[in-house]
Amino acid sequence: MDPRDLRERLRRLQEPQGYFFNRDEARTLELLEGLLVNVDRYGYMSCPCRLASGDRDRDADIICPCAYREADVREYGSCYCGLYVSREWNEERVPRVYVPERRPPERFSA
Amino acid sequence: MTSGPVKLYALSTCGHCRAAKRLLDALAVAYDVTDVDLLEGEERASAVAEVRRLNPRCSFPTLVVGEEVVVGYREDEIRRVLGVAP
Repeated sequence: MDPRDLRERLRRLQEPQGYFFNRDEARTLELLEGLLVNVDRYGYMSCPCRLASGDRDRDADIICPCAYREADVREYGSCYCGLYVSREWNEERVPRVYVPERRPPERFSA
Repeated sequence: MTSGPVKLYALSTCGHCRAAKRLLDALAVAYDVTDVDLLEGEERASAVAEVRRLNPRCSFPTLVVGEEVVVGYREDEIRRVLGVAP
């Protein structure tokens, strides 16, 4: 699968839930490529912007879409990576800020 | 302009890390980069321990400029620690 195929597959699931891909296509494809690298590497779609442990149970909260996406998109209009955003974020109707890491440090294990 | 060696801890798959690399390249800053996700075994453990020491969340990118640490792709902060005007 290439990043464009992955985008189309995910879009059908995510857009009806209110999650859109970042309109910056280069950025989006780069992140989707990272997800595919992680599928090859770990066997699951671990977040490309976080260091995975390689243990699916320990990484469960950072398998994309991660457990923090909902709160991040609600608060900032964008997930931590900038892959999934709200419609308003894409339309530049909300300020664009660097989304801080919401994952509790104690969840990190590498 | 810079105040000490520049070291970037990054992930090869991460968009913010790529943005940080692009910024450093565009500013022609000499830097050393470690893509921690590409390391294995002892090398990886040692890099993770160092990033955790600098940034307890162990998030990426973590940029070290001399004594200063910038966590995340915060362009203004990165420019400030590098002493490069926006």
